[in-house]
Amino acid sequence: MTKEKTSLLMDDGRRLDGRELHELRPITMQSSVLDRADGSCYLTWGNNKIICAVYGPRELHPKHLAKPDRAIVRVEYRLATFSVNERKSPAPRRREYELSKLIKESLDAVLFLEKFPNGTIDVYITVLDADGGTRCAALTAASIALADAGIPMKGFITGCAVGKVADKMVVDLSDVEDKDGQGDMPVAMNFNTGEITLLQCDGEFTIEEVKEGLSLAIRAIGDVYKLQREAVLAKYTQIEGTTNDVGDEEE
Amino acid sequence: MTLLVSKNQLVVPGEVLARGSGVDVAGGVYRKKVKGETEIIASMIGLVKIRKDSVGVVPLEGCYIPLEGDIIIGKIVRVGITSWNVDIRGPYVGALRVNSVLDRDFDSLRESLEEVLNFGDIIKAQITYFDRTRDPVLTMQGRGLRKITHGRLIDVDPVKIPRIIGKKGSMIQLLKNMTNAQIIVGQNGRIVVSANSVEKENLVIRAIRKIEAEAHTSGLTDRIRAYLEEEKKNL
Repeated sequence: MTKEKTSLLMDDGRRLDGRELHELRPITMQSSVLDRADGSCYLTWGNNKIICAVYGPRELHPKHLAKPDRAIVRVEYRLATFSVNERKSPAPRRREYELSKLIKESLDAVLFLEKFPNGTIDVYITVLDADGGTRCAALTAASIALADAGIPMKGFITGCAVGKVADKMVVDLSDVEDKDGQGDMPVAMNFNTGEITLLQCDGEFTIEEVKEGLSLAIRAIGDVYKLQREAVLAKYTQIEGTTNDVGDEEE
Repeated sequence: MTLLVSKNQLVVPGEVLARGSGVDVAGGVYRKKVKGETEIIASMIGLVKIRKDSVGVVPLEGCYIPLEGDIIIGKIVRVGITSWNVDIRGPYVGALRVNSVLDRDFDSLRESLEEVLNFGDIIKAQITYFDRTRDPVLTMQGRGLRKITHGRLIDVDPVKIPRIIGKKGSMIQLLKNMTNAQIIVGQNGRIVVSANSVEKENLVIRAIRKIEAEAHTSGLTDRIRAYLEEEKKNL
């Protein structure tokens, strides 16, 4: 066991993929990639590839699920059959149900659902290629897609995992570090207000390690948030920067 | 109150626009108390709108929220005994009763509603009643409200409709005058274009797509005029 732990760090202190302990993988995000969806996002995070589509607010069927005072959020997180090393059955497994539920609960916290009573907002997340940290990446992509759909929200949800590898706290675990490491702790938050909407912990941490991990996660989330903001605005800034008389024009 | 952004700045949800009290909020923002101080925060992607004593965001993305009085283009999705259900491209399905379509008595035993409006028909209608507890109620009694029988139907982003219409209808007039096309604009983001040739219809649709993509930029009417002049040479 000890041998395995140490093998996750190279002799020069770097991680197996050459990253520093507190370094994120390269991230790209693009909004409005799907024509049919109201909002969408394609995100790559290291070797993760995730596509997310948002439909709604729209009428909810079956009707008995409807809430008379607010809309509901339905999240479908799915791993594509080819996203993992061995073919995954396309039927949703326990893990996918769990992630769908916690992504839903995390998004619930920032959306103004009371504006659309009886309605629904459907979020479909498909992981095309999985390499650790997909729940945080999926949440990050989902909030871009929701903003792209024009659904009013308090702010973006941004996620990033931290964990313990070879007795050291590291940021943004890859699949190998996640499986063979000593623990992982995904964190997602509304970076503007500092409200944490997702915090899980798997493995053994001391109180100091949790504190250190949380502050590392918040710092990493700040970096991801900047990329998220750029991705959402890219669609508009690419066309032109000058904006003068918009907003006064009415029929 | 301290403003933290400038007019027409692009913002994303969660960005703080202003701090302090004594300011009204327009659409696209919400208020939150942070450490005893009120913050005004954007809730949509859009451009900052600053008025004398209010701050808001003009959204650049959004769905159609019905408003009483809106003229919309709807699609019949269900034919009932005495009413139709109409897809208005919003979160709710519109209800169209028979007595707000026909001005004569309707006998449901002798005739069927399908003869008046059938499944899939496109109509121009007006919203007469809507609050969030009940589905929107439509009418087809009014000037120009009718079944639409010809033309090309396109979907645009509902929040870009004010831009496609333009100041006092300037943009839509420009499109109509320069192409002689007939254009019906629904507030719900549906547009019906009909002209005497397919090429002209295509040109109008391309121009509308251009307006949609560049809705947040200034001097758009002039650019569209130049674009139409240029493209008309190729017709």
